[in-house]
Amino acid sequence: MTDQIIPHPDNIPPKAFTQDELDWLPWLEPVAADDLSEVQKTALVDAARIKSAYFRLLARDPAILEARTLTDKDIFYNTKGGLPRAERELAAAATSRRNGCIYCASVHSGFASVHSKRRDDVQRLLDEGIGVDIDERWNAVIAATTALTATPVAFGPEHISRLREVGLDDLAISDLIHGAAFFNWANRLMLSLGEPQATSSDI
Amino acid sequence: MTTLPTPTPDVISLLAGISTGSPLGDVRAARPQAREQAQRSFAALFEPASPDAVTLRERYALATFIAGLHGDPAVAAFYGARLAAHGSDLADAVAGEIGRGLTEGPYGTYPEGRLATESVAGPRYQVSEEGQTTLGHRLTAAFEHVHLLVFHPRDAKPEALAALLAAGWTTDGIVTLSQLAAFLSFQIRAVIGLRTLSISSHSPRH
Repeated sequence: MTDQIIPHPDNIPPKAFTQDELDWLPWLEPVAADDLSEVQKTALVDAARIKSAYFRLLARDPAILEARTLTDKDIFYNTKGGLPRAERELAAAATSRRNGCIYCASVHSGFASVHSKRRDDVQRLLDEGIGVDIDERWNAVIAATTALTATPVAFGPEHISRLREVGLDDLAISDLIHGAAFFNWANRLMLSLGEPQATSSDI
Repeated sequence: MTTLPTPTPDVISLLAGISTGSPLGDVRAARPQAREQAQRSFAALFEPASPDAVTLRERYALATFIAGLHGDPAVAAFYGARLAAHGSDLADAVAGEIGRGLTEGPYGTYPEGRLATESVAGPRYQVSEEGQTTLGHRLTAAFEHVHLLVFHPRDAKPEALAALLAAGWTTDGIVTLSQLAAFLSFQIRAVIGLRTLSISSHSPRH
């Protein structure tokens, strides 16, 4: 009987944005690791993702999981020119901050800190929100990202002008657009198919 | 005379007005895997090998509703044309529900604590009675769920998934329709972002 909700009555989800590592608890039954078909295993792309309840839940539709994962990897990890890794992760974190995905924001704010070595600035985005004043380049990235995250989309030529003024070329702006757009995909899955769980008790 | 199958055009470039060899076409070509796999994602959801868990008629009804909620005419026309081919009897009901569902996001409630001051109230969309009659139980529940995903995903609760199960959706079907709504949230932003960049592109052609 797999078509039922999995409640987590004892979990107290984190109540603030954090760079700490979180867990994620599914509300629907993932495919058990031992029951994954070869197609489903292939769709995980990285074999280590078999440990993730999130990816084993998404493996119920392997075709879209595989294509999504490969889209994700090129947007964030193809570093031939374009936007520096740190700012792609900043875009992911800002999108997650705007939508309210505490789990996604924790992962990608952490990556933004690792790549930028500006952990305190990243933390200010989490603490103060998308209106934070960091520096003009990061402000421009956050403003463009959150304009793309609005529904209807509020992104316009003024955002592109501002990004050009802080040094982004067309490929970098395209990377930002893709990073923000992709996290509008990711946030909706993580927010609607399960809930975050603190791994420490002080959040 | 043999006719080669017509390849499905790259939907993001099509809807963003980007042609191969244009400055933005070159920008997209610099991320070939992202471009190809975004297109494969579209195909996985809208030209699936086995559309069992979610029918094509349901997929295009949902896509037309979601595209309409985002208010981009080119995207709405693209999915609306496909709904006309797979479920034309639903078109009027879907158009009516778009009108009822339009709002601005993201809104939603945060848990008590320091984020509570950022909670923003917004509508809880429900399909109209006439809409329910035309759409049926499954699509009615799915429309209400994807409206949540489009505009206020942080309000999602397990009870929302329970409502889908109660309307006859399987776990597999919920994963697919969640991916469909979430993917369109990506695709529509990629289209609008790249179209805006293309129009204001200063890059010399090379």
